[in-house]
Amino acid sequence: MTDKVMENAIIIRQEEIATDVYSMWLHTEEIARLAKPGQFITIYCTDGSRLLPRPISICEIDRMDCSIRIVYRVAGEGTKEFSAYHTGAQLRVVGPLGNGYPKKSKPALLLGGGIGVPPILQLARELDCEKKIVLGYRDERFLEEEFRAEGDVYIATEDGSFGTQGNVLDAIRENGLTGEIIYACGPMPMLRAVKQYAAEHNMECWISLEERMACGIGACLGCVVKSKKKDGHTHVNNKRICTEGPVFRAEEVDI
Amino acid sequence: MKTSVKLAGVTFKNPILTASGTFGSGQEYAQFVDLNKLGGVVTKGVANVPWEGNPTPRVAEVYGGMLNAIGLQNPGIDVFVERDIPFLSKYDTKIVVNVCGRSEADYVEVVERLADQPVDLLEINISCPNVKEGGIAFGQDPKAAAAITKAVKAVAKQPVVMKLSPNVTDIAYMAQAVEAAGADAVSLINTLTGMKIDVKKRAFALANKTGGLSGPAVHPVAVRMVYQVAQAVNIPIIGMGGVMSAEDALELMLAGATAVSVGTANFTNPRITEEIIDGIRAFMAEEGVDDITELIGAVK
Repeated sequence: MTDKVMENAIIIRQEEIATDVYSMWLHTEEIARLAKPGQFITIYCTDGSRLLPRPISICEIDRMDCSIRIVYRVAGEGTKEFSAYHTGAQLRVVGPLGNGYPKKSKPALLLGGGIGVPPILQLARELDCEKKIVLGYRDERFLEEEFRAEGDVYIATEDGSFGTQGNVLDAIRENGLTGEIIYACGPMPMLRAVKQYAAEHNMECWISLEERMACGIGACLGCVVKSKKKDGHTHVNNKRICTEGPVFRAEEVDI
Repeated sequence: MKTSVKLAGVTFKNPILTASGTFGSGQEYAQFVDLNKLGGVVTKGVANVPWEGNPTPRVAEVYGGMLNAIGLQNPGIDVFVERDIPFLSKYDTKIVVNVCGRSEADYVEVVERLADQPVDLLEINISCPNVKEGGIAFGQDPKAAAAITKAVKAVAKQPVVMKLSPNVTDIAYMAQAVEAAGADAVSLINTLTGMKIDVKKRAFALANKTGGLSGPAVHPVAVRMVYQVAQAVNIPIIGMGGVMSAEDALELMLAGATAVSVGTANFTNPRITEEIIDGIRAFMAEEGVDDITELIGAVK
């Protein structure tokens, strides 16, 4: 079974699309063909002092052109290293990893917060149903144009500089948005609030989690989340975010 | 060119094994590595019953290394015997099962359950720094380490390797204690206890506060300790600690290790074990080494 591969991806282009937020298109042999919305890749550093690969979500998949797009925030030395690379540079990557979002034909709310906005984009493109897209930012917006091509877009900014002042739930309330299913990615406080909102409104809800990872492929058991059902590895209640996730039914995980 | 080594009566086709806890039971890595090429697979520690492990975050990167406090999450011996051993048995590689426990009885139960299994070697983990009871409590007290060794040896049907902690004043003394108690071999080093603090959050990086330091940062400590133990005991040594390359593995062999486990490097490159084996063969060809056993403890 080959559902994930290691390969040397070549950078097609990279640009800074907001302060410390970078967009990188990568040419890959296999990963673009295998990838689904909501999955991620790990990128290996070349500096030997940084041992662990960095998990980064897939933002767009161009299967015809064998390429994927990642949009990431520079958060430490590893992502700083990646941000300095130019067109033609090679990166060792493993992917696609994790399960990805299920695609259901129900009126959907797609919620992205901060650096959780990018993985929602490919899902928005592939979902063939009524969809409302709600994006939350601290202040600077990014990927907004790409989303506008996929459906109705509502924006929330924490500083109120654009759209609804507040978070994605404030934007949902202000605009009276409804749907039967929620797909969400964002920081943990947002996901907790979304989980509660979905429960109160009796909506199906899928959330994408992140955690510190080491191997990224399900062996080290570093990135677990407490789950209602037994996990596939240890048969306790610790699902691996890298393998059984990163996307979970909200009520399935204890966050 | 002869790359095979014999340790406690078990012949490995080459000296490269995986370090416990970094390679699962091989399933996840089989997509990247041909397990048939490895000298052996050392499994993640298995206890008598499932263990849930520690809260997250469980891992943190540090300069030249990483900290982990997984807490020995494992499915217990029932699932292990039903799922993991049959999986590994399909491959032409040696199976080394790492055994953990909270009490002497726990270790004995697991070892008894493995008696009729197609397992080549047992590695007894008395050195995990991340679990409160058991684990390192046995590995820091020579009397307790000897007692566990005796209890396990009394029921084991496979040779027994005692895995030693570097978090002791004199590791050679610990090695002598388990040798006197009947251990067939020792493996070292387990991780060094460490800590990382996030200065902006003013919080520990790991939920467990402390974790085991591994990776290239600990390699010189491993070389030193393997050398010291090799001078102190007559039983063979499986060396480990920050091996990232063939050169690192050869260093441990020259210091006295008969076989070498590769751990954290699997996270840095999932194919690293195969690449290290190829690197050792290339070194032997270049240096005119016909038999790798010539290198074991060759630096006095």
